[in-house]
Amino acid sequence: MSDGSGAPSSAGPKSAYFLAHQDEEVERRTLAVLVDNEPGVLARVVGLFSGRGYNIDSLTVAEVDESSHQSRITIVTQGTPHILEQIEAQLLRLVPVGEVVDITKSKRGIERELALIKVAEKGEKRVEALRIAQIFRANVIDTTNESFIFELTGASDKISQFVELMRPLGLVEVSRTGVLSIKRGKEKG
Amino acid sequence: MTVKTRKKTETRLMTGAEMVIEALREQGVDVLFGYPGGAVLPIYDALHSAPELQHVLVRHEQGAGHAAEGYARSTGKCGVALVTSGPGATNMVTPITDAMMDSIPMVVICGQVPTHLIGTDAFQEADTTGITRSCAKHNYLVTDVDQLARTIHEAFHIATSGRPGPVVIDVPKDVQFANGTYVGKDGVHKPTYSPRIQPQPEAIAAAADLITRAKRPVLYTGGGVINSGPRASELLRQLQKETGIPVTSTLMGLGAFPASHKDWLGMVGMHGSFEANNAMHDCDLMLCVGARFDDRVTGRIDAFSPNSKKVHIDIDPSSINKIVRVDVPIVADCAAALDALIAALKLRTGKRPDLKPWKAEIDAWRARRCFAYENSDTVIKPQYAIERLYALTKDRNPYITTEVGQHQMWAAQFFHFDQPNHWMTSGGLGTMGYGLPAAVGVQCAHPDALVIDIAGEASIQMMMQELSTAVQHKLPVKVFILNNEWMGMVRQWQELLHGERYSHSYSQSLPDFVKLAEAMGGHGLRCDDPKELDAKILEMIEIDGPVLFDCRVENTENCLPMIPSGSAHNEMILGQITGNEIGESGRKLV
Ligand SMILES: Cc1ncc(C[n+]2csc(CCOP(=O)(O)OP(=O)(O)O)c2C)c(N)n1
Ligand SMILES: [Mg+2]
Repeated sequence: MSDGSGAPSSAGPKSAYFLAHQDEEVERRTLAVLVDNEPGVLARVVGLFSGRGYNIDSLTVAEVDESSHQSRITIVTQGTPHILEQIEAQLLRLVPVGEVVDITKSKRGIERELALIKVAEKGEKRVEALRIAQIFRANVIDTTNESFIFELTGASDKISQFVELMRPLGLVEVSRTGVLSIKRGKEKG
Repeated sequence: MTVKTRKKTETRLMTGAEMVIEALREQGVDVLFGYPGGAVLPIYDALHSAPELQHVLVRHEQGAGHAAEGYARSTGKCGVALVTSGPGATNMVTPITDAMMDSIPMVVICGQVPTHLIGTDAFQEADTTGITRSCAKHNYLVTDVDQLARTIHEAFHIATSGRPGPVVIDVPKDVQFANGTYVGKDGVHKPTYSPRIQPQPEAIAAAADLITRAKRPVLYTGGGVINSGPRASELLRQLQKETGIPVTSTLMGLGAFPASHKDWLGMVGMHGSFEANNAMHDCDLMLCVGARFDDRVTGRIDAFSPNSKKVHIDIDPSSINKIVRVDVPIVADCAAALDALIAALKLRTGKRPDLKPWKAEIDAWRARRCFAYENSDTVIKPQYAIERLYALTKDRNPYITTEVGQHQMWAAQFFHFDQPNHWMTSGGLGTMGYGLPAAVGVQCAHPDALVIDIAGEASIQMMMQELSTAVQHKLPVKVFILNNEWMGMVRQWQELLHGERYSHSYSQSLPDFVKLAEAMGGHGLRCDDPKELDAKILEMIEIDGPVLFDCRVENTENCLPMIPSGSAHNEMILGQITGNEIGESGRKLV
C-alpha cells in the first residue's frame, strides 16, 4: 500500500475492466430508432449525439404511422462496441424513444439510400455518363442538351461508387437522403 | 401530444391557470417555490384563491429550484417550482441541471410568451424547451389547453419514476387564460416510457452465488438507495446483517446505512476514508447498489478494483457498463433488487467463507485513522468545528445541507448519518449556492426540525439573498459558515497542482456576516475561539429563527485524505501535501 508520500506509482496491476480500451475497433452501425413524433424529438436525439460526443454519419427521419404518431429515425453511427452499447442505452433513456433496433447487428437488415445526381457535359462524356447510368439502373428524371439528373436507389456504397464514376464526367452536385433501413422477414422491428 | 387515456376519468371545464393549481392539488403538492412575472401572472392569480397550496416566495429563481430539490431529497416527494418566462426560466437552468445530475424528482412550471409571439424575440421570450432539453429528464411546451392537465400529470409520473429527474413544463400565457377540459391523473400514461423495476431472476441468482463465495466482499452504495425510498435503506441493512459485508457509500448515499454501525467504512472516493478506498481496491466482490462509478469515486479507472467481480444494481441501464465493465448487471429498482437478493441468499444455506481475515485487514486500515488532524487551542480547526456541531446536534436528528468546497467534504467526513434523507448536498454538479436554498426547502417540509446548511464563506455569497426568504417564511434555518477566507478547495488545488500560485482564490472584501444577518432580519453569531465554540453552537440552536454563524477557522487547512485526480484508490495522500503528488496527466483532469 502506498501511503501517498511520493509520486503516484504507475506500476500496479492493470484492471481487466478498464473500459476506455484504446484497442477496441471502431465499428459502423445502422440504428432504427422508433419514437413518438412529438415536438422536439429529433432535436433530443441529435442533441444526445452532439452532447455526448457520438458520431452521426447519416440521419433520416419521417413519420411512418400517422394514427399513432410514430416516427422512424435511421441513424448511421460509428464507435467502439462499448460506445455503441452506450448510444443504445442513452437513446432509450429519452422519454419519447420507444425502441432502438440495431439493423447492422441483426444480420437481416436491409439498407437503402436514394440519391439525385446532376451531371453536365457535352459529347463523348455525356454519352459515357448515360451508359454508366444504365449499368447502375439509375433513372433520368431531368434532361437538357447539356445535363442530366439521375435518380439512383441502392446501398450507400453503390451510390458512392456511382458518384465517383460521374466525377470525371461532369458531376455538378449530389443530393442524398441518407440511409433507410428495415429488417427482412415478416416480423416488425 | 401522444398521451393516451387508459380509462375514462372525470373531466371538467376550467382555465389553464386553474388546471395548473388543480393538477398540483391532485398530485398531492402542498408547497411550491416560485417567483412571479408577466408570463405566469394568470397562474399566480389562480394561486391567490388556493390558500391550501403554500407558495414560498424566493429571492432568485435558482433558489426556487434548489429549495424544491431540498424539499424532494428530505421527503422523497417531488419538488415543485414555478417561474416566469425568459430570465425566470434561464435562472432555473442551474438547479434543473443539478437535479438531473443527482437524480432528484422535480417539476418546474415556466411561463412563456403567448403562442402567437413565440419565435418573434418577444419581450422575455427564451427558447426554454430548447435550453433545457439536454439538462432535464424531459420537457414540454404546451400549446393546447386541453393537453395541459395531462401533461402536468405525465410530468409528475416521469419526474418521480424510474431514475428520477427534473421535468420542465413551458406554458404560454394564452394557454393559461384559455378554457379547456381538465383530466385527472388516472387517465394518463405514456407507452414509450416504462422503466424496469423488477430484477431478472438469473442475475439475482448469479449475484447471490458470488456473495456465498466471496472472501473479501464490499457493498458500494449510492444515491439510488435513497431515491428508491426508505424501504431500500431498510433492506440494505437487512442484507448487510444477513451477510456481514462491510459497507461504504458515495457522497450521495450517506445515511442509507448507519454510520454508527461497526461495519461502516465511511465514504468512498477522492476525499473518502482510507479503509473504504482500500477495501474497494482490494475486494474480491464489489456489490454496487444504486451508484454509478463516478470519477470522484473510481479515481484512476485502469487501476480501479483490479481483482474483484462486480455486481451492479441500477434502475438506469445506461449507467451499467458506462465507466466500469461489470460481471453481473441488474437493471432494477434498488429495493426490488435487494429484496430479491435477500430471498435468494436465504435459499443458499451452505457455509460461507469466514470474513474475519478480511475484516482484520480492514481494521488495520482503520487504525491509520485517516481523518486525524492536529487540533489547536487557539484557532478553530474546520474539522473540529464539524465534530462539535455533530456532537452537539446529533440528538436532535438534524437535516444537513451543504454548499460546495472543503467544508462540504469535511461535513461528509465528520458529520455522521444514521438515516436516509437527512443529507442534502450537490454531488454531481457541485453547485456552490445550493445549500441555503436547499435548507429552505427542507425546513418547509420539516418545520420543527433542526436544519443546518454547512457553508463556506465564498459559496454562501452565491445565494445569500435566500436568507430573506427564510426570514419572510419563518423558516429557522441555521447557516454554519466555515469561514477560512479562501475558496479553500480552489486554494488547495492551487497548492497541490499550480505551484502555490493562488490566483484569485482569496475571498477579499468579505461582508461582516453578523451585520449582514441582522440587516436581513436574521441573527448573526461569530466565533473564533475554540473554547467558546460549544456555547456558541448551543446558542445558535436555541435561537428561534434563521441564523448566520460566522465560524472563523484555520485559513489554510487542507482537506485530507485525498486521492489526487488520475491516481488509484491505494495511492491516497494521508498526511501533508508535498506538491509532487500529481503527474502530468493528472494535472489535466478536473
Ligand atoms: C457555481 C460554482 N462556481 C465555481 C465552483 C468551483 N469551486 C468549487 S469549490 C470552490 C470554492 C468554495 O469556497 P468556499 O465556499 O469558501 O468553501 P471552502 O472550500 O473554502 O470550504 C469553487 C470556486 C463551483 N463548484 N460552483
Ligand atoms: Mg472558504
